[in-house]
Amino acid sequence: MDIVISGLLLGGAYALVAMGLNLQYGVARIMNLANGEVLVLGGLAAFWAFVSFGLSPLLTLFLIAPLAFAGSWAIYALFLRPLVKRAKSRGQLEVDTILATFGMSFFFVGLMVSLQAEYFTYSFLAWPISLLGSTVAANRLVAALVAAAIAAALYLWLNRSRSGLAVRAVAVSPGSARLVGIDVGKVSALAFSLGGMVTALGGCLISTFVTLDASAGVLFTMKALIIVIMGGVGDIRGAIIAALILGLVETAVATIVDPGLTLVAAYAIFLAVLLFRPQGLFGRRSA
Amino acid sequence: MNRRMFACAAAALALSFGLSHGAKAETPIKLGMVAHLSGPLAGGEAVTHLPNVQLWLEEVNAKGGLMVGGKRRPVELVQYDDKTNPAEHIKAVQRLATQDEVDFMVAPYGTGFNIAAAPIYAKYNYPMIAVTAITDEIHELTAKFPNMFFTLGSTTGFVEGATRTLEKLRSDGVIGSKVAMVNVADAFGIELADVAREKFTAAGFEIVYDKSYPLGTPDLSPVVKGAKAADPDAFVAWSYPPDTFALTEQAIIEDLQVGAFYTAVATAFPAYAGKFGGAIEGNLGAGGVNPETDAMKAYRKRHQEVTGKAPDFWASATYYSALQVLQQAIEGADTTDREAVTAYIKNNAFDTVIGTIKFDAHNNSERYWSVGQWRNGHFVAVADTGMGDSVAPVAKKGWK
Repeated sequence: MDIVISGLLLGGAYALVAMGLNLQYGVARIMNLANGEVLVLGGLAAFWAFVSFGLSPLLTLFLIAPLAFAGSWAIYALFLRPLVKRAKSRGQLEVDTILATFGMSFFFVGLMVSLQAEYFTYSFLAWPISLLGSTVAANRLVAALVAAAIAAALYLWLNRSRSGLAVRAVAVSPGSARLVGIDVGKVSALAFSLGGMVTALGGCLISTFVTLDASAGVLFTMKALIIVIMGGVGDIRGAIIAALILGLVETAVATIVDPGLTLVAAYAIFLAVLLFRPQGLFGRRSA
Repeated sequence: MNRRMFACAAAALALSFGLSHGAKAETPIKLGMVAHLSGPLAGGEAVTHLPNVQLWLEEVNAKGGLMVGGKRRPVELVQYDDKTNPAEHIKAVQRLATQDEVDFMVAPYGTGFNIAAAPIYAKYNYPMIAVTAITDEIHELTAKFPNMFFTLGSTTGFVEGATRTLEKLRSDGVIGSKVAMVNVADAFGIELADVAREKFTAAGFEIVYDKSYPLGTPDLSPVVKGAKAADPDAFVAWSYPPDTFALTEQAIIEDLQVGAFYTAVATAFPAYAGKFGGAIEGNLGAGGVNPETDAMKAYRKRHQEVTGKAPDFWASATYYSALQVLQQAIEGADTTDREAVTAYIKNNAFDTVIGTIKFDAHNNSERYWSVGQWRNGHFVAVADTGMGDSVAPVAKKGWK
């Protein structure tokens, strides 16, 4: 039971890391290597608001959301749209955006080092809660619940609303989406900005139980990449299920086998997915 | 007309003032520093090294600089970021030596970086007073690089400090013999855990849980749950800052009841007390200082005033002391000739904020605190090598 609960909570945290990148890569086709830095920026905002003003990270969420959305929109409009326009193929766009966002990640790291070079560490909801006979940290539980709420909202929006339908159409085929009157540029910008927002919110929640620092972003980018590719690019369901599987497996291995082997287990699953289902758990085989 | 003359006079005055000022200022002494301004070790660098360099420069330059050849020469810092990347680090050190031609350099943060940079320091004859470098290879390294000095102790010294602390607590009846030990799976953690396995067993302790976890593990609750299930009397973690914070938080959440709780790097950071408040009363960790000496009190006060934050309770003071050693050696040798300064460091004793530093035949200063304990907002040394002023450890009583 310990394993299932701890694993699901860790999976929830992973889902927060990966959902944003999934929107950005799956719909807007931007392989955002600065994803982890955006996450850490969200964490820095939460830390700063908590330490300076005693503001609960759960309230900071509501401040971060519009800021991260607007900031991501500006980044897309100023730096990424020219690349999208110029790109002749999806491959070229991927290479260009990887390079551009890689550069951006250094800018973000520099920015955060100048703001707070030390560890972002504070205590929020660091008390035990007994859940079905297992002790869990309240902050992890809250993060997992908010992750579930965000995931449910995204899923409903994508599958039940008209604008969500447009987003899915662009994810499947940008070329055909244009033919049925969808403004692909706008939908891509929307998906990218939403992705940035979800990532920053994730950082805000994760900072309550992981000690972040200005340079921690790359670890999260790596994890997000693995989860997105495992789950299937552009499929929010896939990302969430992949995140939960990863969380459960890592916790099970750490508890039953050895904590030293968690990374091995994570990469073994990743390898298995790449070998036997290269399009991801829920991905479509490309034509 | 009048106004124009006034303007001319003012300009001439400014010019002559500028000239005379320029002629009077002595050529600065250039001090090189390759720092981890970003990357995984940037957080530790920002606590332990950077503020001390700032403080030292401020104090030295307030007096007009270092006294060399009967004149005060200001000290100018030339600093590069290595992104915590050893290859970048080496390139930057090379650049400081050959392009910037700095007169002296301060040692980097982290054992691996000190060892990696030692050959270049040796090649260009820079004295290297290593602080945040803990290894059992001190004799081999200083034999190979005779300009390298060690100040913060050896791996074995640290483990022996921890062992003595546990033995004392056992003889006081605070703990039994069951120890749960975990370590971060990286050179630092593995080396310490290897030595500890041997020393703890030799001291009659039974290691009931012994696991490692990868650097950057996002969830350490399985580790703490596993340790708790082994029902230990003491918990020891050879950990790095993020996991020191995470293990402590999990121990509070799991209500791990042990008479001794030890975590390694970052336990001595002011942020550790800032995060956990009173819950960490009685926690043990790597480092510690004697906060009662006048020199230490004055140092901590100045550090707060100049840098706006408190120093840590471990290597901060030692790093500042290493700068004092360099300062006294340059002024004592009365030259910026590096070989003469290195010889001066070898042959003299230095008065610093951690007391007297005198290097032995292996360029090692065998005076350091090895284990600290949080008591009322101070991280007080409870074990040491050669210091002789640490206090007795007490039991960890719950997490409140």
